[in-house]
Amino acid sequence: MTMIETQSVAHTGALVAREAHRFEAAGRSYLYLVPSAAVFGLDGPTRAVIDALHERPRQPDELVDTLASEFDRADVRAAVDELVGAQAVGRVARESPAPLPAPNIIPLTEVPLTTLVVNVTNQCNLSCEYCYEYGEDKIVDTENGKKPKFMSEETARQSVEFMLDASGTNDVARMTFFGGETLLNLPVLKKTIPYARRRGSEVGKHVEFSLTTNATLLDADTIEFLAENDIGVTVSIDGPRDMQNRFRVFHDGRGSYDVVLPKIKALLARHTSRPVGARVTLTSEVLDVVRIFRHLTEEIGFHDVGFAPVTTSPNLPHALGRSGFDQMLAQFRELADDFLEAALANRPHGFTNVRDTLEEIHKGASKAYPCGAGIGLLGVATDGDVALCHRFAGSDEHKMGTVATGIDQTQRQDFLEKHHIDHKTDCNVCWARPMCAGGCYHEAQVRYGDTTAANLHYCDWIRDWTDTCLKVYGEIAERNPAYLRRFDA
Amino acid sequence: MRHLKAVNEKARTIEQVVAIAQGHADVVALQAQSTGPPQQEGPHIPLGCSFVFSPGWEADRNGGTAGLCQPVERDLFDCHLGCFWPAHVPDQMNHAPDWTDKCAAAQKDWRKIDLIFP
Repeated sequence: MTMIETQSVAHTGALVAREAHRFEAAGRSYLYLVPSAAVFGLDGPTRAVIDALHERPRQPDELVDTLASEFDRADVRAAVDELVGAQAVGRVARESPAPLPAPNIIPLTEVPLTTLVVNVTNQCNLSCEYCYEYGEDKIVDTENGKKPKFMSEETARQSVEFMLDASGTNDVARMTFFGGETLLNLPVLKKTIPYARRRGSEVGKHVEFSLTTNATLLDADTIEFLAENDIGVTVSIDGPRDMQNRFRVFHDGRGSYDVVLPKIKALLARHTSRPVGARVTLTSEVLDVVRIFRHLTEEIGFHDVGFAPVTTSPNLPHALGRSGFDQMLAQFRELADDFLEAALANRPHGFTNVRDTLEEIHKGASKAYPCGAGIGLLGVATDGDVALCHRFAGSDEHKMGTVATGIDQTQRQDFLEKHHIDHKTDCNVCWARPMCAGGCYHEAQVRYGDTTAANLHYCDWIRDWTDTCLKVYGEIAERNPAYLRRFDA
Repeated sequence: MRHLKAVNEKARTIEQVVAIAQGHADVVALQAQSTGPPQQEGPHIPLGCSFVFSPGWEADRNGGTAGLCQPVERDLFDCHLGCFWPAHVPDQMNHAPDWTDKCAAAQKDWRKIDLIFP
């Protein structure tokens, strides 16, 4: 739907439809404008104008004449004015094509750190075949003794100081513990959390904690510690027994389902102050999203479930191919319908993939970067090296500094300039770029060996999924607009 | 906008910016005079010019007379009610006691203050 406003001389001054994605929901047509990410509902005249301009650019008078049999001329003119105002319609340049403008990259000012992800260990008591930390396509050398297996108390304390300092003017700093299996280094967590609380209160900041675990090491004491300290918990789990045991196995090949199930139930029963979420990795062999969701919410009792396709090079057997992405989309759509039904009845629904996307649509997020890595989020390796995020933490190639010495701001700035969406030429013709911005840096590194690459292998999936979420948004906006107030800024 | 319906927050922002740029934004009574880029402004809250030495009837903020107390509704509620400045208003004690009854909030309802004919 992209039309460049420098067409043949015959069209000079003509009206032309600008970049947008059209979708239908609740009996109404909508436009998702690119790059503003504004969502406008269309009426008869505006829809007809857009349709006519999609056929070809038209002079204003010709457009009014064409639509005169259907609509009042004044209405068509008013509709055109509004579409021009919203930048859904433009005019073909009168002059010869202007040179393409330079990318509009706004120099970054110092951005305060929101979240620091701390890899307290690179060891794990499971050996999930697909794990990016240990798989064939890993980018961090976790073996050969190059990196310490466990973060020391000293490094953890330095991480706290680094976080409090880098959080600048923010009142809240968030620390997320990660691994390996995070709970293998529980002693350091138990020292670090009270230390961070104390130091936070000394400098006038509230510190929030969260962690990700495979749940194998949860016991009554640990659960008590997590609940008492109000630590947000995400459990990595892939679903019912057969799916969980397919990849999430102990070193001897034993499945982990029967070990984790009673532990997760005990956690959910005791830890009620913050929603405990499940995080599912989808692979070519574990793709039954609806069954997984029902099992995790209805049978186990998770509040939230988020799904992500496995990050891997394409030739490994568990990688998602084209048909895998299609199957995932069909399943996601089924769950999105479920979500919509719940939203219309003001019932909660734990499918976080759709909820998070709806929030971004509601706010009109138009991203220059796919995520906050290197901006408001950084990752720390076991030895204190700082990188973009937890997935890069420990990779010498992607090191940006250390928690003891701080990060190289020039290097960070350089990274952000190179990775701006305007440099991803493939993305410049995609209507979904305000939401996607090229996708995960780590995925790009694993697939293409280059963090600046756009993740072209899942473009169709991103567009189809964004379209699905836009339709859900349109339905809710028309049928239960009050629901969307929860997403207001 | 009559034909386009702004649905998300970004669309509402665009709608507001367009309305202001095209001069279609509603006139808010008692509003401060605009300098700089177009933006929706809130009402001027009357405080009394003698208290704060704000630009009043004798000189505007630049010391000249081009931007004196205006528009008219600002005179009315700022000077006449707040400072008892004898503006040219009807006699609200005897002749037109309900003259401003329909004007519950001056910034929105100022159009409802009607002319009075003796």
